Amino acid sequence: MTAVAEPPMAVADEPSVAPAPVTGDGGATKAKDVLIILYSGDLEKTWAAMILASTSAAMGVKTRVFVTFWGLPTFIKDSRRITGDNWMQKMLAFMKRPGMSHRKMSTMNFMGMGPWMLHCLAKQYKAAGPKELLEVAQALGVEFIPCQMTMDLFGLKREDFIEGMGEPVGAATVIGLMTEGSAPLFI
Amino acid sequence: MPLEIAQRVDAKGLACPMPIVKTAQAVKSMASGQLLEVLATDAGSTKDFAAWCKTTGNELVESSAEGGVYRFVLRRK
Repeated sequence: MTAVAEPPMAVADEPSVAPAPVTGDGGATKAKDVLIILYSGDLEKTWAAMILASTSAAMGVKTRVFVTFWGLPTFIKDSRRITGDNWMQKMLAFMKRPGMSHRKMSTMNFMGMGPWMLHCLAKQYKAAGPKELLEVAQALGVEFIPCQMTMDLFGLKREDFIEGMGEPVGAATVIGLMTEGSAPLFI
Repeated sequence: MPLEIAQRVDAKGLACPMPIVKTAQAVKSMASGQLLEVLATDAGSTKDFAAWCKTTGNELVESSAEGGVYRFVLRRK
């Protein structure tokens, strides 16, 4: 009996044999939302993430940035110097200065000369810096979501972060968003 | 048909993504059907504005370039 009942069930589970959402023009599949996972704390990668996040929001796409691991201290207030509860967490903050204004480059950092020159060039060519882009992104409604596990690991409190940060969540929320059709981007 | 520009955005000199960002912000404050004129010098803006209009559903009424200045006229959807 069950063997007979199964095949039609399987067909009913897949009502759309044709590829799912397709737009009228060009046929490009469109994701509903954009989800950027910002793992890096490097200046250039953070910058790229801010450009993509603000542009995505400007294009009317719901945009979320999940900030985790080395990406998380970037969203601590610039004025905070040492964060954490125990000596290891404090040492980490001491070695890797938190805040968007204190990002280092992954290459050619040269004790801060690299970032300084990059900012000079950005000013000369009127390219918006990461901090300005962060403000723009927030104004356009980009949601910045901290990783709860990294907060615990680094001993970070919600009051350590800049204004407007979202509710801390875990990996399941991030994967959940991806399965619901968010275009994921890991930086 | 004379085009009556309701708002203007001068994004000359600004680099990606600020011309798009400023346009998005300006469009928010406009009424449906109104026209927005954007001037930019970013060389990527011709493609960027076409992509922005396609994604957001606003109409790109005019797209031209003259002497390194790109001019776009957009109609708010």
